[in-house]
Amino acid sequence: MITTNRLVEAFQVSRRGDAPGQWLLHDVTMHVAMGERLVVVGHSGSGKTLLLRALSLLDRIEQGAILWRGQLVQGDKIPEFRSRVIYLHQRPPLGEGTVEDNLKLPMSFRVHAEHPFRRDQIISWLEILHRPATFLDKQSRDLSGGEAQLTALLRAIQLDPDVLLLDEPTSALDQQSTEAVETLITTWQAEEPGRRSLVLVTHDSGQASRMQGRIVRMESGRISHGE
Amino acid sequence: MLIATVRTVLQLLLVGLVLEWVFHLERWYIVLGLLLLMTVVASITSVQRSKRRFPGIWINTVVSIWAASWATSGFGLLIVTWGSNLWFQPQYVIPLVGMVLGNTMNGCSIGLSAFVDALIGQKDELEASLALGATRWEAARVPVRHAVRMGMIPIVNAMMIVGVVSLPGMMTGQLLAGTIPIQAVKYQIVIMFMIASATALGTVSVVLLSYLRLFSKDHQFLAKRIR
Repeated sequence: MITTNRLVEAFQVSRRGDAPGQWLLHDVTMHVAMGERLVVVGHSGSGKTLLLRALSLLDRIEQGAILWRGQLVQGDKIPEFRSRVIYLHQRPPLGEGTVEDNLKLPMSFRVHAEHPFRRDQIISWLEILHRPATFLDKQSRDLSGGEAQLTALLRAIQLDPDVLLLDEPTSALDQQSTEAVETLITTWQAEEPGRRSLVLVTHDSGQASRMQGRIVRMESGRISHGE
Repeated sequence: MLIATVRTVLQLLLVGLVLEWVFHLERWYIVLGLLLLMTVVASITSVQRSKRRFPGIWINTVVSIWAASWATSGFGLLIVTWGSNLWFQPQYVIPLVGMVLGNTMNGCSIGLSAFVDALIGQKDELEASLALGATRWEAARVPVRHAVRMGMIPIVNAMMIVGVVSLPGMMTGQLLAGTIPIQAVKYQIVIMFMIASATALGTVSVVLLSYLRLFSKDHQFLAKRIR
């Protein structure tokens, strides 16, 4: 049954692998409610990343459907949907230019054309991440893996999505930066607690408990716990 | 080197015999059959030069090379033979289409390879753009422009140096046959424009058709299609 507070739903989603009879995702049904925080855990290869990619419709799925506020999402509605449900890659690639150039990239897309670049807001988030404002002037080629993750996270949250799908966003960070990122995403969500939702994939059991969200466990492409 | 030498002699001897037979018969359907054969061979050669393949690459290439070279050659022949009934004469049609086909084949081949290589090389950036709400065109436009530019480089270079570094083959042939230089130059200018037009049309066509094969209507990059 579809209730109104469900933002994104995966309904009986299955995705095949390359080998005959192999299912990377098998009959996955789950939802993300408004303002909810989900933490997806599971072993490597259990389907955590594929679940996030399926939720953002980045991959073709053989069976099932992804729903946005109870409606099927397909075709030219997808870019608008992805502007509301943003997936962040574990090793996010950045383009050439400075950090600021990379942050402005989405504004060149039609769905974000009206979205202003709010430098002051970015600088306040950089303070939470213990980075100076001059971080915006750094060349992307000079960034470490962790700094690239921070830049990609800022690029996503500045667009004010309803759902943020984070695939191990702190995997390349030290402990201090990890805690700073956790503070940033919880602060960002707390600014609009009833609207902004978060789905976080992590291998770190400490992080899973610190994030205090609903735990969803994946095993062999299925949800074994939490839905 | 030995194989290339033997092939050159054998292929040219064979084509000489075939052309003599075709010129002698002067039947439109034989000319058409020969042009079709040349187009198919050019398309096969173009695809075989590409290291990577995807479903639809053959039909994309055949359609692009055929449409671009035949439309341009047809237009050129109408101008060159305006007011006469010579347009279907094999000694006009076959060399003209041959020159246009050879260059269109090169442009398509280079453009196709450059496009697929750019997509693979920038796969993560493309997906990051799609995940942020870019349409498939917004994500692919940079690789598309790069591929078309690469495909046009040989003909643009040839146009830049024509007559300065070397004389084109057709013009040389006309001069050797006793045509006055200014007349040979006029024909060569028409031929260069025909070749450039066909190369541009063919390259743009093959790249755009490949784009439609590799990006779904659901704004997904279908990287797995590339083998």
